[in-house]
Formats: sequence, C-alpha cells, structure tokens
Amino acid sequence: MALLEVPLLEVPLLEVEDLSVEFPTRRGVLKALDRVSFTIETGEVLGVVGESGAGKSLTGAAIIGLLERPGRIAGGRILLSGRRIDNLPQDELRRIRGRRIGAIFQDPLTTLNPLYTVGRQLAETMQVHLGLPDAEARRRAVSWLEQVGIPAPAERVGAYPHEFSGGMRQRVVIALALCAEPELVIADEPTTALDVSIQAQIITLLRRLAREHGTAVMLITHDMGVIAETADRVAVMYAGRIVELGPVQRVIRHPAHPYTEGLMASIPTLEGRPGGRPGGRLCRLRQIEGAMPRLSAIPPGCPFSPRCPKVFARCTEVRPELMAAGETEAACWLYAPALAEAAHG
Amino acid sequence: MSAPAQNASTRHAPAQIPARAPGPIGRFLDSDLWYNFRRSPTAMIAGAVALVCVIGSLFASWLAPHDPFNLASLSLSNSFIPPVPLKGSQWTFPLGTDDQGRDMLSAIMYGGRISLIVGFSSVLFATVVGIGIGLISGYGGGTLDAVLMRIADVQLTFPAILIALVVDGIVSAALHQLHEVTEIYVIIFAIGISNWPQFARTVRGSTLVERNKEYVMAARVIGISGPRIMLTHILPNVLGPVLVIATINLAVAIVTEATLSFLGVGLPPTDPSLGTLINNGNSYLFSGQWWITVFPGAALVIMVLSINLLGDWLRDALNPRLN
Amino acid sequence: MADSPAPLFEAEHVTRVFDVSGPWLQRITSGEKRRSLRAVDDVSFSMSKGTTLSLVGESGCGKSTMARMAVGLYAPSRGKIRFEGEPLSAARADARLRRRMNMIFQDPYASLNPRWRVSRIIAEPIRAFGLLRSAREIAARVGELLLQVGLQPSDGEKFPHEFSGGQRQRISIARALSSEPEFLVCDEPTSALDVSVQAQILNLMRDLQRRLDLTYLFISHNLAVVRHMSDRLGVMYLGRVVEIGPADEVFSAPLHPYTRMLLDAIPDLSMSGRSRTPVAGEVPSPIAPPPGCTFHPRCPLANERCRHERPEYTLSGAMLVACHAVAEGRRAA
Repeated sequence: MALLEVPLLEVPLLEVEDLSVEFPTRRGVLKALDRVSFTIETGEVLGVVGESGAGKSLTGAAIIGLLERPGRIAGGRILLSGRRIDNLPQDELRRIRGRRIGAIFQDPLTTLNPLYTVGRQLAETMQVHLGLPDAEARRRAVSWLEQVGIPAPAERVGAYPHEFSGGMRQRVVIALALCAEPELVIADEPTTALDVSIQAQIITLLRRLAREHGTAVMLITHDMGVIAETADRVAVMYAGRIVELGPVQRVIRHPAHPYTEGLMASIPTLEGRPGGRPGGRLCRLRQIEGAMPRLSAIPPGCPFSPRCPKVFARCTEVRPELMAAGETEAACWLYAPALAEAAHG
Repeated sequence: MSAPAQNASTRHAPAQIPARAPGPIGRFLDSDLWYNFRRSPTAMIAGAVALVCVIGSLFASWLAPHDPFNLASLSLSNSFIPPVPLKGSQWTFPLGTDDQGRDMLSAIMYGGRISLIVGFSSVLFATVVGIGIGLISGYGGGTLDAVLMRIADVQLTFPAILIALVVDGIVSAALHQLHEVTEIYVIIFAIGISNWPQFARTVRGSTLVERNKEYVMAARVIGISGPRIMLTHILPNVLGPVLVIATINLAVAIVTEATLSFLGVGLPPTDPSLGTLINNGNSYLFSGQWWITVFPGAALVIMVLSINLLGDWLRDALNPRLN
Repeated sequence: MADSPAPLFEAEHVTRVFDVSGPWLQRITSGEKRRSLRAVDDVSFSMSKGTTLSLVGESGCGKSTMARMAVGLYAPSRGKIRFEGEPLSAARADARLRRRMNMIFQDPYASLNPRWRVSRIIAEPIRAFGLLRSAREIAARVGELLLQVGLQPSDGEKFPHEFSGGQRQRISIARALSSEPEFLVCDEPTSALDVSVQAQILNLMRDLQRRLDLTYLFISHNLAVVRHMSDRLGVMYLGRVVEIGPADEVFSAPLHPYTRMLLDAIPDLSMSGRSRTPVAGEVPSPIAPPPGCTFHPRCPLANERCRHERPEYTLSGAMLVACHAVAEGRRAA
C-alpha cells in the first residue's frame, strides 16, 4: 500500500475531483458544493473567487477537513500529492493540517490563542510539526516574525496577540501558517477584515513568502482585485460550482462565462470607462440582474441561466461541465460548438 | 429612468421558498422552534407532562374526583386510607387520604392549581417589572442605568428565597388584619420582587445590543420617541431570552412558594398549595402515613422538573449559535 | 468654496469628542485620567441641492461619526451644522424639516427590524410624519415605493429574513425614501454587498437621485465606489478632512500624500502591471494621535515642521488641502 503511494512527478500537489458537500436541513438536503473539480500545482497560487454563498469558503474547509456540522462531503475525492485525504481519520487529518496544509482565516483572532505569546505559538507549531529542538524553534520564531515584517521581532516575540494591531496580527497568522513549511496554504479572505492600505501590504507579503518558500496557495476571496494581484490561475464559483477556470490574466481580460463577464463589468474602477458624463461622474455600472439563487432553489441546468443575457434552451435543461473556451475553461453551453451555432442561428 | 422598471425582474430567483401560511399559527407551525420541539424527545415528554400538570391543576374543580374543601363531604372515618395497591386502600381514593379524610389526588390537583397560579403570577410580575427596568436602564444608559443595575446587583447577592421571606414578613405584618384574604397576593408580590433582577439584567443586556443596531438608529433618525422605540422596536426583539428565563423562573417560583408554605409563612392551610400539603404530611412521615407528604412532593418535583426541562430546551433552541 | 448660493447642508468646524475613559470607580481607584477620542476634528464642508459629497477614509477616520452627526444621531461637541440655513438641532425639532433628511445604513441585516413585516418597516416614516392617514393610502404608497426600488408590492407582506442582502438594501432605500426626503446620508450602503449586487444598488441610487433631485452625503471606504457616485470628495484621516474638492480633480490630480497613497493601494484590475508601492505603516490610535500633522509617521514627504505644526488648509485650485508639503511645494525625493 505504502509503496504505491510514492508521489509521481506528474501528480499535482492538490487534486479535487467532483467534490460535493451537502447540508441536511429540515427542508431537505442542500447541495452547497456540486461536483467541484480543480488542481493546484506545487508553488502555484490559485485564486477562488465568488460572491457570498457561492461555496468558496466551503471548498477550503472541506479540503482541510474543517467542515462545520451538519455539513458533510457527499461525493468526490480530495488528493494531496496523489494520496486521498478526504476519508482519513480525524487524528491523521490533524497531522496533515498544519504540517502539510496551513490555513489563514479572515479574523486573525480566531487563529491565535490569546493566552500564549506569539513566539510560543510559533515555536510550538514548529516543535510539533518539524520536531525542532526548543532553542532552534525559538530562534526560528524570531526569524519568522522578521520575515513577515514585524518591527523589532526579537522583542515582539514575547508579546501577546492583543498587543498587536489588526494588520500585524494577520502578519503573525501568516507566519504561523507558513512556519511548519507546508506545501499548501489555504487563505480564506485573509485581507477582508483589513483597511485598504493594509490589505495591499498583506497581499504583497503573502505572495512574496509563497514564492520564496515554494508554497502553493489557495486564495479564497470575494475581491477580484486581490486575485488580480496575487493569483496565477483563478476559479470563479457560482452557486456551489466552478463556472470558469483559467489563467488570471485571461479570465480578467477576456472572461468567457457570461457570469464572469458580468462580474468583471460590475466592479467599479478608478480608471473609469468611456462615456463618463461631463458632470464628473462615470457612466452607469453594468449590473447583473437578480441575485444568486438560494441553495434550496438552484435551477436545473446552468445555475446562472435565469440571470444570463445569452441564455438559450439547452441552458435550462442540462448542466454544462467545464469545457475549453478560448484560453480558459468555462461551464457554459456557448462553448459547445454545435450548440452555440444553434443558439446564434 | 427605466432602471427601476427593469429591476422589477431583479427579484428573487424563481420559486425560492414555497409560499407560507401567513397567519401567526401557521407561522409558528412552520417555525424552526416547532420543528426543533418535534425533534427533541426530552422536550416533547417534558411538554406533555407539563401540559398534564397544568390541565389537571387548572381544571381541578371539574376533573378532581372529590372536593377537598367541601367540609360536608369529608368524613374522619376516611382518614389515613393508604394509596391503591396497599392493603386497606380504596379505588375512590387512589392516592389515599390525609388525616382529615381528604382525597390526596384531589388535594394535589387543587394544591397544584394554587402553586401554578402563584408561580405564573409572580413570574408575570417579575417579568413586567424586570422588562420595564431593563429597557429603561439599557436604552437610557448613564447614571440611571448605573443606579438601577447596582440595586439589582445588591439584590442578586442575597438568595431569592431570603428576599421573599423578608418581603413576605414585612408586608404580612403591615397588613396584619387582612392576612387571610391578602396572603396570596403578598406571596405573589414577595416572590415576584425577589426575581425581577434576573429579568432586568437580561433585558438590559439585550437592549444594549439592540439599541446600537441600525434599525433602531433608522427609527431615531425620523424622530421616533424613546419610549416608542423601546416598546415597538426593542421589546419584541429581546423577548426570546425573557421567555427562557420566565420558563425556568416559573419552576423556581413554584419551588419558592412551596418552600415558604412548607416553612409555614406562605399560604394558610385553608388554601393549601403543594408546599402546605407537604408540610401537612410531614408530621405523619414517620408514623407510617408517608403518602400524605410523598405524593404532593412527587407532584411538585414532576411539575417543576418538566417545566425546567422545557426551559432548558427553549434556551438551546433559541440560541442561534447552536442551530 | 464657490458653491451655489444657498447650500442645503453645511458643517462648520464640526468636532466630536467621545469620552472613552474607564468607569468612574475604576478611574478613582487606579488614578487613571479621563481619556477622550476626537473622532471628528474641525471638519467643514457644504453641499448644494442635488449633488453628492463623499467622505472616504480608513476605519477610525471619523467618517461614520460625521454621518451620524449629519442626521442628528450625535450632537457635535463643537462647531455648527446647518440644514436649510437652520441649526441642525432646530431643524431636527421641526418635523417638517426633519422629514426632509433620512439615512441609509451599511448592514442590510441589522438595519431592518427582524420582527416587522416589510410594509410596516417602509410605512414607519409615513406614519411618524403623518404624511398619509388612511390604511389604504399608506398601503398604496408602500407598494409604489417597493416598485420604485425594484421590488414587488406583494413583497410588503414578507419579513426581512426572506430577502437577500441586496433586496434588503432596496427595502432600506424604500424606507428612507418614504418620508420624501431631499437629503440622504448613506453610510457605506454597499460595503456589505457582493459586487454584482453593489452595482445594482449604486445604479439604483443614482437613478433615484436624478429623478427625485436627492442630495447624498455618501460615506465609503472604497474609492472606486466613491468615484462612481461623487460630485465632490473629502478624504478623511484620523478625524480630519485632509483634502476636499471636486471628485474629478481629487482622482486625476490628488494633492495630499495620503490621498495618493489610498489611490495607490487599490488593487489594479486592468493588470497593466503598474508597480505599486504598498502603503507603509498603519493608522495610529485615534486616542493618542501623533502630534503635528497626524499623517506624518506614514508620510514620505514628512519633515520637521510636519512633526510639530498642525497644517491648516491651503486652497490649491478648487481643492482645499491640509498639508505642509503641498503648501510649500515640496515633492517626493
């Protein structure tokens, strides 16, 4: 058994195959994730973007085995270096979490223990996961604080979480997530709670450290701007499914899926678009009509079909899978050659 | 100009939630609370037991086999009849009789009625006082809040039963002449006054949270007056926790009343509550007539326990973090 | 500021100080001093009818406090606020004037009373001001308002929890409009919403402004959103407006180093590869702001004078800027 699991070179670091997550409720079972598939290569930054309720955080939680009850994985596989981790017992999963997969959450206070100094938390993490001797762990704790840009790290190593500001705390959390040298970090809205000017600092830091340590990052956010600055590839989620997946530049400049297109157009930008009126303000924003369906009422076929300006018969009947659409992949019948012709003709 | 018209289509994705019965009963039957209740065996059993207790007590004059207060129907020859399976028992008196030949079952039902009335009324009194003070304290803030809450704190440092004893003693002494008539009101007042701080503290805490919510600010912006905001906006939103405390407090109030009556400072023997009955039977406990005190005691335990379990369930069911 | 003659709303040297000292007993026993937080510090601006003034800044800059003062939820500690030329407290006491101002809030989940039906929520201002008397007229008006914000009259029968965040914000707007106001204070109205819904709400607000000649005081931390909404723009930092002027000019030629820093911090969606220098440092505690210009610890242009002397406003073109470097014509090295 063990012999067969030697990772082969061509195996991606993380492979998610047809992952489904369900929430049983009194009004029936809600499908929160519906056959989500993607891969993350070693050292790659994959952005996962979507509106609230699209399932992006759930995807992250499912991978690290922290799904909140009564949520449960209802199907599919999650493989880390070719080895299944979705069906591991809790204690084995706990060992992987932290050692091989690190996590950064939106609110740093949920990750940091208020009773211990940040130095102790860093050192303990390294002792547990890397088996470092005491002195070495403490030395590295200081070095990590320095790496994440905390001024006077040698003194701050003895400080408690509440003695740091919000931005500094998030830096400590990044250090904590990276210090066990995991291969993958799942960062769930790491900058959302921070001010704009601090957000930029944290994104830059996360990107730099990931590159330096060769860590892959799954960056979950609702903010396309953050993705644009950080990610190599991006997965756009809608109603529990991935609707578009591709290189970040491509997806942003030439979105294939009508949802991605609408999403991009509805983001207000500083540069503005042609047609700004002389009064100084820019033209109307493009808006996607309607709202994402609730999980209890996801329409058949393509979940975006009720809001889609390019909808045609097939869309409301059969669910589209991801298919090649220019240089990205989109789950949209427009890109099924035979059908698209029918739609336009 | 055309935008809002376009937006008409913006509404919900089709068929979000099935149409609901609009009435309050329909809404209750469709609520998470009712669903939760139906799924909790403890709550269902406690609810059923409590319902039996309440119906049995409130309708005692119709349901009870005898009228224990009708002196004409009492006969000393019926005294000390043991409960049913025992030797010498009679089916007319399933739980036996006491020293005066009263049917225990009927006495318990009538006593339970008094206990429940005292419990409900005192909790109602404590709730009204507590909600009023809590709302004013939480919404008004400042010195008034500080003073009211310190009073509540001081009172909370003494056991409620002690407060009730003292209040009962003082008021009874003041109303000495009218004692027989007023005693039940005095007891209600004494128990109620001993319990208001819990309500006030809870309501104040919830009010502090609600006061800073934006819907309250929206009302303030258009100039809605403070009292009106408290009553129409804040009050309905703080009633959840109040309901939980009220339920648990009902059990406590019944026990407090029983304790007072047992100690002989509560209701007079002419108007016996469960506590009075227990007290009454206490003297026969060691002479072999255990049923005179054990059955009222068991009734008290069952009633209080079922109400308490209901309260516990309610607290969990209304706690958003556990759902 | 060369605005049209009669401004609808004016703030003059408005300051608001909050007492943040510990409880009285604790102060006495531990010998702590009283501590105060100057949330808004000497802010002046005026707005003419039918325009939008936006206030932007990071958390703790005092923009929300200013918004709440503008509708009388807080009283200024110093300075004057005038509505239609009347002092705000007098205007608030007069129902006819109070009716003409209203507010839209940030959190669509907290801004609607969860126990009230939507129709009652929207009708509250109508009833409070006695605009309409009969139940039938009120119901008709509520239906009209719901249509106006893109919902259905039948939605009035529902409770807030049956709606999504964007729909709730529409209900919030309908409520704000129901008193037929002219002046609306919008405190981060879209920051809790998803982008695609944000676009709907921003468009709706602009359509309504044009149609009903509304005046907006628009509060936001998002410069791109503000860009879309504003005629004039004020940038706040630690309670002060550090730069204020026509929105176009602030965006095309920002003067204050903080404004430039904020503009630089916005992630670049066009992927033009423009190199960004992340802003250094964090906002200091407003309880103990730095002396002199409060921005000097983060400012690339700071010198000795900035560290000691508080900058006053200088007029540069149509813009008012509180910065020594701009006044002296200092530039980045």
